[in-house]
Order: sequence, then C-alpha cells, then structure tokens
Amino acid sequence: MIRLSVNMSLNGAQGKMALDVACQIDEGVLSTFYGASGAGKTSFLRLLAGLAVPDRGHIEVGGQVWLDTERKINVPPQERNIGFVFQDYALFPNMTVMGNLEYALGKKGDKKQIDEIALILDLGQFMGQYPATLSGGQKQRVALARALVRRPKLLLLDEPLSALDNDMRSRLQDHILTVHRAFGLTTILVSHDVSEIYKMSDHIFVLDQGHITKEGRPQDLFTDSRISGKFQMPGEILSIEREDIIYVITVLVHNNVVKVVGTKEDIITMRPGDKVLVSSKAFNPIISKMEPLL
Amino acid sequence: MIDLTPFWITFKLAVVTTAILFVISVPLARWLAGTRNRFKSLVEAAVSMPLVLPPSVLGFYFLMAFGPSHGIGGFLDRYFDVRLVFSFPGLVLASVIYSLPFMVHPIQSGFAGLSANLAEASYSLGRGKWDTLTKVLLPNIKPSLLTGTVLTFAHTIGEFGVVLMIGGNIPGKTNVLSIAIYDEVEAMNYHNANIYALTLFAVTFAILLTVYFINHRFSILRRL
Repeated sequence: MIRLSVNMSLNGAQGKMALDVACQIDEGVLSTFYGASGAGKTSFLRLLAGLAVPDRGHIEVGGQVWLDTERKINVPPQERNIGFVFQDYALFPNMTVMGNLEYALGKKGDKKQIDEIALILDLGQFMGQYPATLSGGQKQRVALARALVRRPKLLLLDEPLSALDNDMRSRLQDHILTVHRAFGLTTILVSHDVSEIYKMSDHIFVLDQGHITKEGRPQDLFTDSRISGKFQMPGEILSIEREDIIYVITVLVHNNVVKVVGTKEDIITMRPGDKVLVSSKAFNPIISKMEPLL
Repeated sequence: MIDLTPFWITFKLAVVTTAILFVISVPLARWLAGTRNRFKSLVEAAVSMPLVLPPSVLGFYFLMAFGPSHGIGGFLDRYFDVRLVFSFPGLVLASVIYSLPFMVHPIQSGFAGLSANLAEASYSLGRGKWDTLTKVLLPNIKPSLLTGTVLTFAHTIGEFGVVLMIGGNIPGKTNVLSIAIYDEVEAMNYHNANIYALTLFAVTFAILLTVYFINHRFSILRRL
C-alpha cells in the first residue's frame, strides 16, 4: 500500500501552479495518472521517486516512510528501490544495451536477472549495440528492462509510449502488462492517451491543474460519452467546399482524411484549421476484420 | 647557446595549471549547468572576467593582494613563510585564475547539453553522485573535456601579461617562453627569439589541430 499526500508549488507553462495530491495506491495494481500536459503528472512521479522534494508532504510505501517533511525524513532516490522509465528513455549513450543493464545491476547483482529480463523483453539480438543505433521501440524496451533489473517493487512510467507509432505502442503495452504481472509490480503509469489507459489500468486517477479530480476503475470512470454508443474522433478541418446545396467538409482524423457532409448552418462557425469532433452512432459504422499484411 | 629552461618552466606551468583547473572546473561547471541559484549570474560573470580584462589588471591586483607587505600576502609570509609573488606557485595560482573560463565554459556547455534525465536515471538505479559523474556524465561529454583541457593548456602556454607581472621574469624560476622571447628581442638575439617563437607557434598549432580533428571524429561517430 502506498499512502501519499504531497504539496508543492510548480512553475509550469501557465505560470505558478500548486500540486496538491493525496491518494492511496494498492499493492500489485497498475494505476494510471491521466491528465493534460502541464497537469503535474510528471512532477508527481518525480516526487514519488525522490527526484524532487515537495514543500510539504508524507509518503509511505509498504509501511516504510520515504518522506516526511515534518520529521525531516527524506529517503534518497537511490534507496527507494524504484524502477523509473523516462519519457525520453534516458539510456546512457556511452554504454551498450548490456552495459546499461549491468550498470543498473551493480557489481553485486546476479547476472541471471539480466538474462531473465532480456528474455522476457526479447533484447537478445541487440545486447551489444549502442542506444543510438536502436529504434524508438527497442530503446523503450531497453529502458523498461533497465528499470526492472534491480527487481523494484514499484515501477514508475512517465508517458513511456508517447513517441511511438500505434503498432509499436500496442506491443509495448503488452510488454508492460507482462512484466507487471510476472514480477508482481505495483506500477504507476502517466499517460494522456485514453485508449492506452482503458486497456492497461486497474485504477485511474484524473489529474487536473495539480489536483486529483476523479478516481476509479476505468469502466466506471469512462461511462460518459467516451464509451457510450457513439464514436467520437477529434480532427482538424482541412477544407470546406460547396456542392449544390450541401457542403463537403474534409477533416483529418488521425492519419485519415475523411469527408463529412454539412449544412449551411453547420459551416457558419467553421474554418479550415479548426479543431472539430466527428461523431457517429454506434449502429452506423461498418466493422470488418483486417487481413494481416505480412 | 640557447637556454632550454623556459621550455621546461612553460611546460610544467601548463601541465600543473591544467590539472588543477580540471579538478576545479568539473564540479563548478556541473553546478553552473544545473543550478537555478540567483547568484549563478554573478559566478558566471566572475568566471568570464579573465576573457575581457587585460592581464595586467589581474596581475596588478594579484601583486597587491599577495605582495609580502600587503593583506593576504603578508599573512602568508608571516605565518607560513609562503611567498606567492615572484615564485612558481604564485605563477600557477595566477594562471589558474586567468585560464578558468577556458576550462569551465566548454565543460559547462557539455553538461548543459546532456538530458537532465541521465543523472536522474542513474540515481533511480541506485547509483550515487560519484558513480553518476564518472561513469555516466563525464564519458558523455568527452569532446567538451578535451576542448577544455587543450584550450587551457594552450592558453597557459601563451600567457604573457599575468606571468610577467606576478612571476617577475626570474631566470630558472618564472621565466616562461613568452617572456623569454621578449627578453631575447630586447637583447637583439633575434635567432634565439625566433627559435622560441617558432616552437610556441608550432606547438600551439599542433595542439589545436589535434583537438579539432578529434572532436570532428567524435561528431562523426555520434552520428553513426
């Protein structure tokens, strides 16, 4: 069980903001902190890892006090035994993949731990390569492996998949779930991707402007329009053309260009470049299985 | 017959100065690159002063401070029997101050170019500050370390003003190459002056060439 209450003033992009978070996280659970960028998600992880110190706060993990500003207790990050995966991977460029893992293990560690984690995350073929020669997804796997070599109880993931394409993302989500279960970890994931959160989390905390505004199981939290009988896809208007009495609005949704029909009333307030929401009833779309290309 | 001691003194001064500066500058540069302290600008300005000040200004105040009849110099002379003015240790101290920016600036920009997450990743993996510095940070700023070291070495070799003011041109003790050239010219020994000058010219050019060549290789390697 992690019990935590922290208070810290942050200098964010929108000026000063107070991060004021109190929560409890159960052991063995994969929790997600969801929120827009600048909501304080990364700062929260850094506080938990001991990489930043709050103005006031108390952090207790598994009965052990990591931080108590009143009693002047602050366990340094080195002794918290956490695995931290950074958004930019933070692999050490001067070491090979093996070197990165050995550095994490330390001199006293058991080499078998490296072999085991390398097997699970399928790192075998590039153990001798330097990080600069790896693809984004490979780097991410190495970063995940490095964070797990010391067998931490707590794994912190700071938007680990945000720089990857969808296919790679989905495979790495599976990897994360695998290690989460295999090592009995308590995992805290920071993300702003709804589908990722829905797929992965046992428990969600919604963070807004430094405060937890909602928390709960994903199926309970997303019972509003997001997961109702309606599709909603955010997009951007590319062009609006008139055809007889209707207007054809061309919208970019993810990587697809979609044409949507609109009336004169619809387009009064719309201009190319506007952000729009394209929605459709669930009985409307046609669904068919895709044949794998390879 | 040409006197060879200026070569030796110059070389010794450059090596000692560079070694001391390396040890001082790594922590200083690391602090400057990472700090948000409000005195940062003050320290940066102080470090950069030797770049713009005439060496004679530094030399003058150094003489004032460490002369045996003044403040610190008097104290050192009376209680420790140490005289920094007109001595080799004094020369080293002055050179260290005078060459400080040449070591600090490249290393500072090297540190600043590294992702802050590198050090934090190392801490989160249970490693302390020393391991992080020597195994993660320094190996990743080798070009900056090389540039700093070599520029400092070359700059110390080429020093004139400060050395003249502090060292006082004592043969065999503080008579470095740049001053020896000046002496030989004054004594109309153009042949000797030419040998000293040509050597300095060739050595500094070779040093700088090496640095730029190696850094060029580093940048190619990094792109691979």
